Amino acid sequence: MSGLHESASQTAGPYVHIGCMPNLAALGAMYGGTDLGTEMITGEAQGQRIAVGGRVLDGKGAPLTDALLEIWQADHAGLFNSPSETRGAADPAFTGWGRQAADGQTGRFRFDTIKPGRVPWPDGRLQAPHIGLWIVARGINLGLHTRIYFGDEAEANAEDPVLRQIGDPARAATLIATADRDRYSIDVYLQGENETVFLDV
Amino acid sequence: MNPTRPKPFAPRDHSIQPPALTPAYRSTALRAPLQPLLRVENGWGETTGPVFGHLPMGDLDDDLILNYATPGQSAIGPRIVVHGRLLDQDSRPVSGALIEVWQANAGGRYRHKNDGYLAPLDPNFGGCGRVLTGADGTYAFRTIQPGPYPWPNGGNDWRPAHIHFSVFGEGFAQRLITQMYFEGDPHVALCPIVNAIPDTAATDRLVARLDMDRTLPMDIRAYRFDIVLRGRQATVFENRMEGI
Ligand SMILES: [Fe+3]
Repeated sequence: MSGLHESASQTAGPYVHIGCMPNLAALGAMYGGTDLGTEMITGEAQGQRIAVGGRVLDGKGAPLTDALLEIWQADHAGLFNSPSETRGAADPAFTGWGRQAADGQTGRFRFDTIKPGRVPWPDGRLQAPHIGLWIVARGINLGLHTRIYFGDEAEANAEDPVLRQIGDPARAATLIATADRDRYSIDVYLQGENETVFLDV
Repeated sequence: MNPTRPKPFAPRDHSIQPPALTPAYRSTALRAPLQPLLRVENGWGETTGPVFGHLPMGDLDDDLILNYATPGQSAIGPRIVVHGRLLDQDSRPVSGALIEVWQANAGGRYRHKNDGYLAPLDPNFGGCGRVLTGADGTYAFRTIQPGPYPWPNGGNDWRPAHIHFSVFGEGFAQRLITQMYFEGDPHVALCPIVNAIPDTAATDRLVARLDMDRTLPMDIRAYRFDIVLRGRQATVFENRMEGI
């Protein structure tokens, strides 16, 4: 039984960097000088090193220059670096969690990370490799959850439970990053013809 | 071997959450997804999340009065301590959780290159802080009371005095950003961002109360603000079949 109500969400607003990326916001050497989440690889991490980048676009196609993005993903073997991971020990040299701001001019974001392994879905089927993505910004009342899949994983994508749940291949394609060797890119559309599928997780 | 999957979170109660599109808050017009969210189950990626209980905290991380100030000086404005508990919907304390806060200074100005409000910057105030919750979910930080500020929303719009909160729980699905308001502020009822919340009781829970029990005589006033993250689902349907 859930006795309490979740606190209501409010927009992160345009100045989210002060709180979440104070060094980027030029607040001086806050918290030791490094913003939390900017380094996902903390040692000799196993697996394929990749870069995942893109933009978040509004209903008129303009890139958001004030968005804050967080990702959460499994390591190369499909394990999460979290105390509630009970299937085994994740790679200690990989945090699995990243936080980046969209560029203040171009709106581009980029995560340097590891290609995640496959993770079982509650019913036992394997999910395709993917990254969980959460987006906040001015004008976003409740943080938006979505996923990033990989364009060079067509076979795994075809059997992924969430992509299959989306059904319509054109809509499912909004979650799939295009691959250029170890660089992946995806544009997230908040609105419009190509609106990204957002998830109520 | 059959590892125990963390319990899924109970589905989010959207009746108390602001919908994406709230036209009175004009920035939502082009940034609100117009398709319904796709409700998906919680797997490992949703029920696990980054935790920061062992993150080393600086001595002044939870003291916005001093953490940007020249040694010997302090930020200008009414001195307050903000404290409360981080719980989940099942009233379980969430311990070792990272709370990050940011705010305008006492004049309503942010230390941010995009804030051009004519109120002056305070050379001794940065406006960011962070704190980890204790074993019982409690947290506290010291700051100065922020001022209300005007914002471009098509009319004579002023934000109530507020502090932004970013909160981590145990799972990525619990991730929450919200704002804390102050008891007695007439701007709260007028604010299109506050009024995006469709439920007045939910709005009221974002309003911190003056707490004379924690107020220190001749030193600092206290405000109490409790935060609630999503709770876990009561029953786990481990082997639910497709189509049932
Ligand atoms: Fe604000």
